Amino acid sequence: MDLSFFTSILFATIVAGTPLIIVALGELVTEKSGVLNLGAEGTMSVGAVAAFAVAHHTGNPALGILAGMAAGMLMSLIFAFSALTLVANQVASGLALSIFGIGLAAFVGKPYESVALASVVPLKIPLLHRIPVIGPAFFEQQALVYFSWVMLAAVAWFLYRSRAGLILRAVGESPVAAHSIGYKVVRIRYQAVLFGGAMAGIGGAFLSVFYTPMWVEGMVAGRGWIALALVVFATWRPLRVMVGAYLFGGCMVTQMFVQGSGMKINIPAQFLSALPYAATVLVLVLISRNRGTIRLNSPASLGQPFLPDA
Amino acid sequence: MQTQAPATPRLLIKGARKAYPAVVANDGIDLTVMPGEIHAVLGENGAGKSTLMKIIYGVIRPDEGELHWEGLRVSVANPAQARALGIGMVFQHFSLFETLTVVQNVALALPGKFDLASLATRIEEVSERYGLPVDPRRLVHALSVGERQRVEIIRCLLQNPKLLILDEPTSVLTPQAVRKLFETLRQLAAEGCSILYISHKLDEIQELCHTATVLRGGKVTGTCTPSLETPQTMARMMIGEDLPVCHHGEPEDGGEVRLRIEGLSHATEDPFGTHLKNINLTVRSGEILGIAGVSGNGQQELLKAISGEEPLTDRRAIQICGVPVGRLSPAGRRSLGMCFVPEERLGRGAVPRLTLTENILLTAYRKGMLFAGLIRFGVAKRFAEDCIARFDVKCGGAGSEAKSLSGGNLQKFIVGREIMQNPKVLVLAQPTWGVDVGAASFIRRSLLELRNSGTAILVISEELDELFEICDRLTVIAKGSLSPTIVTSETGVEEIGIWMSGLWPSSEASEGDSHVA
Repeated sequence: MDLSFFTSILFATIVAGTPLIIVALGELVTEKSGVLNLGAEGTMSVGAVAAFAVAHHTGNPALGILAGMAAGMLMSLIFAFSALTLVANQVASGLALSIFGIGLAAFVGKPYESVALASVVPLKIPLLHRIPVIGPAFFEQQALVYFSWVMLAAVAWFLYRSRAGLILRAVGESPVAAHSIGYKVVRIRYQAVLFGGAMAGIGGAFLSVFYTPMWVEGMVAGRGWIALALVVFATWRPLRVMVGAYLFGGCMVTQMFVQGSGMKINIPAQFLSALPYAATVLVLVLISRNRGTIRLNSPASLGQPFLPDA
Repeated sequence: MQTQAPATPRLLIKGARKAYPAVVANDGIDLTVMPGEIHAVLGENGAGKSTLMKIIYGVIRPDEGELHWEGLRVSVANPAQARALGIGMVFQHFSLFETLTVVQNVALALPGKFDLASLATRIEEVSERYGLPVDPRRLVHALSVGERQRVEIIRCLLQNPKLLILDEPTSVLTPQAVRKLFETLRQLAAEGCSILYISHKLDEIQELCHTATVLRGGKVTGTCTPSLETPQTMARMMIGEDLPVCHHGEPEDGGEVRLRIEGLSHATEDPFGTHLKNINLTVRSGEILGIAGVSGNGQQELLKAISGEEPLTDRRAIQICGVPVGRLSPAGRRSLGMCFVPEERLGRGAVPRLTLTENILLTAYRKGMLFAGLIRFGVAKRFAEDCIARFDVKCGGAGSEAKSLSGGNLQKFIVGREIMQNPKVLVLAQPTWGVDVGAASFIRRSLLELRNSGTAILVISEELDELFEICDRLTVIAKGSLSPTIVTSETGVEEIGIWMSGLWPSSEASEGDSHVA
């Protein structure tokens, strides 16, 4: 097989992994504050349709992305109000948000079903894109791909180097203790949830504006759930989220290629389709099997409602 | 005390009242604290001390009552406001973040620049100056209870508070460290800082405090000057009657060996833990063996090895009634007649969100609470009610959640649960930590009764007074090694204090000492 084939596999892998990275990073920050928001799938759907509609009417994909982000934040605000202000069960609120979001997106998206967007020209990074083989795969991508890398570094820095990140981790570890030394737990959690919503909206927008680029009902296709699983299997560590996302993307692209290539292989197609899920879980479980690091990285208060003593 | 003419109290509370559905925790409490005063708040568990402190610190809101801070009426709605006023608090159940390091924990509580390196130096300075040794780079979950308390105290001291609230601060310190802490507190008071000191140790209050307010059943029963009282008179104000004395019968020789530890060496996975080195000990039927030591010297690891929480490779290292159990699980060891009372009440000793009846089931289910794989809740409930009655646990009944009990009451309940199973061997860690005098004396008397009925008891404690009161023989753990054992009546606090720093005579030669007798 020649090199350009390898390059195109690599290129497709990065594209497939990008929305997962963006959504999972948002969810990671949310969960680090102790809030389990299972609404990523619905938030992505709403973000995708909002972005598509705005990009279609204005002809400006950047405005579309912003609209997706805003829609994602609105969705997460609903969740935050119910789970943080009204102290409802986080799992139930999140699931409801997912179901609601998928339905809402399908409803709003009806008029756009047969519309296509002009595909957006990738952003070439000067010099770097000329590197043979990997240059075109890594540095001739959409702006949001670079955004995902920047966000990865930013989230890692925020969590482990900044004071605000330390406060966020402290709130996720023990909201009662954080409250007792004077932090506003609910406000901090609101911010984390809003960040997660914004990222999920952007992830959805990437799908409808760049990846396909069109709107089809159900186009998010479980990526929100994958992103949630990635966060857990990556034991809440940003770099492992990226490893998992690209692994998943790579397996997905490869198996689609194998299925589409007409090669004579005696493997049922269902097994090939399941491969990305199985491989991602297996690899992340293997690299994260140290119980000590799980205990250190998982937010202890995850999913538990916080009500200060009255 | 300060001499400025008409001094304004730093803190003045009038008629504070807080009622919960089951109980009135505070009922019309008045309290005055002057600048530079060390003010004791005395009372049994459930007397309302903690509630009052939480009102001052803004954790809970009183139903009625006024709070004046330096002459001005204020309402403290949350801890952030309290801290802004200059109130610092060391909690009894610590408010530390387990997965963060000591320096990160301290940084979270301090405003201003976020510079961990220079903060670590400041922590080391303060810990040096006040005799509170702690390594700022360690993770909190790897620290013992005593070390965590030091972190909390240091964290408060770094905030230069005007009023410092300490909830049972000395319960896990060595006598030497207590003396050093008192110097610190006196120094702070001389600098004008007021101190609210909650403790049940009457001799400490006498030595340290200028004034004392005594609470009973949510009401103030008196105010006194501790230096003019005796421990007996203060105890009477606190519990309303005289304190019963422990009677310690002579140890009976020749009981069978119930628990034997032979050449136990164990390296922990925890990078900050203590490795156990060649531990040997025997506990006979009808005796209490005490293990003294400063926290963080291997007590946690030893307890985990004995309880089976961390299984060993050598099955003969631990033997219960002659049966090697080194590789058995905690349940396997319990079925051989060993019971444990761990150091952490909430989380290890009891499940906070389960009811008392359900917590009974966790360890006592062998006492006829199962039938054909089903739970006989009636039996469990009767057991729980029996335990509540026998051990005088103040709670809302067998159906109340474990976390709703105050620390001392929960401890009475957990110790009672294990004692009522009539164990052959009972292992306890910090049995009376944070428990008031009345309850502590009761727990100790119960342990002595159990000993007299033939149980072999091992007590790991950091409170020397307690060990001297109940133990027949003593040994000291330091840096993961065990000192020779010594009969309690043949030693004293001074000698054990020296051993606690790891200096015992001919530590190498002494290994033959604890050899099979």
